[in-house]
Amino acid sequence: MTSQKKKSTPLWRNKKVVPIILQVAFVAVMGTLIWILIQNTIIGLERIGINFGFGFLDSRAGFNINEAMIDYSTSDPYGRAILVGIVSTLRVSFFGIILATIIGVLVGIAKMSDNWLLSKVASIYIDVFRNTPLLLQIFILNFAVFLPLPRIQEAVGVGPFFLSNRGAVIPWLSVHENTWIWLLLIAGYLIATFFVFKWLLNKEVEDGVNTHPFISSLVVFLLLNGITFLIFRQGPAYLSIPQHTGAAVSGGLSLTTPFLSVLFALTIFTSTYIAEIVRGGVQAVPKGQTEATKALGFRSATAMRLVIFPQAIRIIIPQMTSQYLNLIKNSSLAMAVGFQEIVGVGNTVMNQSGRTLEVIFIMISVYLLFSLTTSLFMNYFNKKFQLVER
Amino acid sequence: MSNDNLQHTVATNDRLEVTDSPRLKVEKNKTIGETLKKNLFDGWKNTFLTIVTALFSIFVIYQVINFVLSNSWDVVYVHLRLLMIGQYPLEEIWRIWFALYYASFMIGATWGLWEGAGKAVGLTFGSVFLAFAVIPWTTLNTSLNLAACIVLITAGYLIGHKVKKIKLAVLILWALYIPLTLGLIMGFGGLIDPVLSRNWGGWLLTVILASVSIVGCFPLGILLALGRRSSLPVVKYFCIGYIELVRGMPLIMVLFIGQLLIPLFLGGSTGIDNVTRAMIAYTFFAAAYLAEDVRGGLQSIPTGQFEAAQALGLNKIKTTFFIILPQALKAVIPAMVGLFITILKDTSLVAIIGLADFLGTARRISNNPDYLGRYLELYIFVAAFYFIFCYLMAYVSRYLERSLARGNS
Repeated sequence: MTSQKKKSTPLWRNKKVVPIILQVAFVAVMGTLIWILIQNTIIGLERIGINFGFGFLDSRAGFNINEAMIDYSTSDPYGRAILVGIVSTLRVSFFGIILATIIGVLVGIAKMSDNWLLSKVASIYIDVFRNTPLLLQIFILNFAVFLPLPRIQEAVGVGPFFLSNRGAVIPWLSVHENTWIWLLLIAGYLIATFFVFKWLLNKEVEDGVNTHPFISSLVVFLLLNGITFLIFRQGPAYLSIPQHTGAAVSGGLSLTTPFLSVLFALTIFTSTYIAEIVRGGVQAVPKGQTEATKALGFRSATAMRLVIFPQAIRIIIPQMTSQYLNLIKNSSLAMAVGFQEIVGVGNTVMNQSGRTLEVIFIMISVYLLFSLTTSLFMNYFNKKFQLVER
Repeated sequence: MSNDNLQHTVATNDRLEVTDSPRLKVEKNKTIGETLKKNLFDGWKNTFLTIVTALFSIFVIYQVINFVLSNSWDVVYVHLRLLMIGQYPLEEIWRIWFALYYASFMIGATWGLWEGAGKAVGLTFGSVFLAFAVIPWTTLNTSLNLAACIVLITAGYLIGHKVKKIKLAVLILWALYIPLTLGLIMGFGGLIDPVLSRNWGGWLLTVILASVSIVGCFPLGILLALGRRSSLPVVKYFCIGYIELVRGMPLIMVLFIGQLLIPLFLGGSTGIDNVTRAMIAYTFFAAAYLAEDVRGGLQSIPTGQFEAAQALGLNKIKTTFFIILPQALKAVIPAMVGLFITILKDTSLVAIIGLADFLGTARRISNNPDYLGRYLELYIFVAAFYFIFCYLMAYVSRYLERSLARGNS
């Protein structure tokens, strides 16, 4: 009997040993593969005569970047050029996300409309722009829409906007010496207004008298700003309106053709996905909720704002996050029309310095940083809107 | 039942709106005029919306028709062959025709055997063939070949419709389709005259790139998905790391890595041509996305399935491959078709790294000084082509989603 008991399970059936063996085997195979790759890379690098390292970031870049948001000249180092690229990516993504969200939500609502024609038009919009490649849309906007526009000398003026084959000039704010004080004051006012709002809301809850918290605090905010305006006798910033002066357009903010093509294409392409997400989110709210609001006598707009939307947003937010991340990643297609963002600049740096590995490493880190930040930000919102379980 | 009836009578008699059913429904006792009125001109807000939308739609439709009719389109039809098959040698073009014949017959047979979404696919392919056959700019030879394709679709449909026993044969032929035709197009690695990948181009290259990456990402993606759910921490975190890293990168960067680093990883050799490098990059990229789709399917399998398999004495490998995976894959078919649409659209990115795919060819043609500034015609043609096939895939995906949902309930 005892000898029978001692006969342990064979090694290949032992639940403690097998996983360890498997993992060791996995590590061995993967490790060998990676080791071979690294060895090959070292040999390859030696053959070209390059030592791995980030020292090249300090050497002179020597190429021009058209739309640098921060100061940049050809004599700046590679590191600076890459930073310019990162800022450009952020810029086009930021405006792209805002515009795509607005248009996407509008199209999503239009698709849910009871109006047959409107919902049909919205779904055609979604189908057409979803089923064609983004790069093609960028090409069409850049080469077939913006480039055939008249030269800058004959720029088309639509109100304060000017369009030419170099891009668009739009009215923009220009700062002056008091702007920073103004911005600080506005921030202070916002905080003050928030406390007024809270106080009024608490009062309303305690006394049961309608204090109109939102309108009252808005009035307070506007009054404070009005008083400041009277003291300074100037607004927080000047409005710079573009003027067409013969051979050029002066003033305003100049947006180049590649930037506009990429921004519009990203907006349109992403808005089709956002529209479907919004529609899916709203339709996922049980029908009983709408019926309950009707039974309680809500107006449909109020019902949407207070009952349907807060429930839909929980479904919408996670999917929206991935669309925003997609937009940021897709902005890399801008290099195809010459808008220099991180991948475009990185590509130039790679071609000039031959530092392929290092530049790719930098780009991967930048994108990982973008995705992590966006995820953290959206997770925070997600938590805020999460259903409070009993 | 009686309650429902009562509510219905109340609703119709007092014109109370009890339900908020979609107004698209054409009710039986209403004329077309009344339905239209209810759908479009119900109250001033709705009427306003309808008028604005109608004016907008008429404007857009007018512009589109105007655009189609007022252009000569010569930039497209002069380069039609270039756009479709690139520099593929004329004397070897029969290989592509064979691939099309094969596909036509299979589509027809599938349509005949299973009906459903096959009908849409068959009709779309038939219409595209017909459109290309009747336009006056194709040669007689091409028209005849296209006509043969249409005949094959019809023949396949009739055979599939009558002889239901060939289901298995059709499935096997489908599985062999890509290896066979791709081998033929490449020349079976030297068995017959090889056609080098630099001669592939246009829509042909787009389709080859897309199909190779779709087929290639399948095993890799499934392994990654299984690895991500593995109980072995090393395997699990390796897979998570890979999936998240790749999903965090833009595709164009993965393509750069493919173009620049693969030769470096292989010790600085340039033995692999750039089409193959692009294929490898797409495969590794798509695998990460496919893995996430498959993981969704794996998570949807109830624990009872695992327990039942265990109770039947199946080991882990058998459980995974015979019980769990078939169900998980079936559940994520619509999501996978969505991924395939994305891959087809994303193959256009190789235009940036200098390959002459469909979009890349159009881009090159637009640089031709004889056709300067004719961007819109070319790109609209390209867009229309992508749209037809992506929309078709989306339609099939929706159909599968519906039929799978029906099958589960």
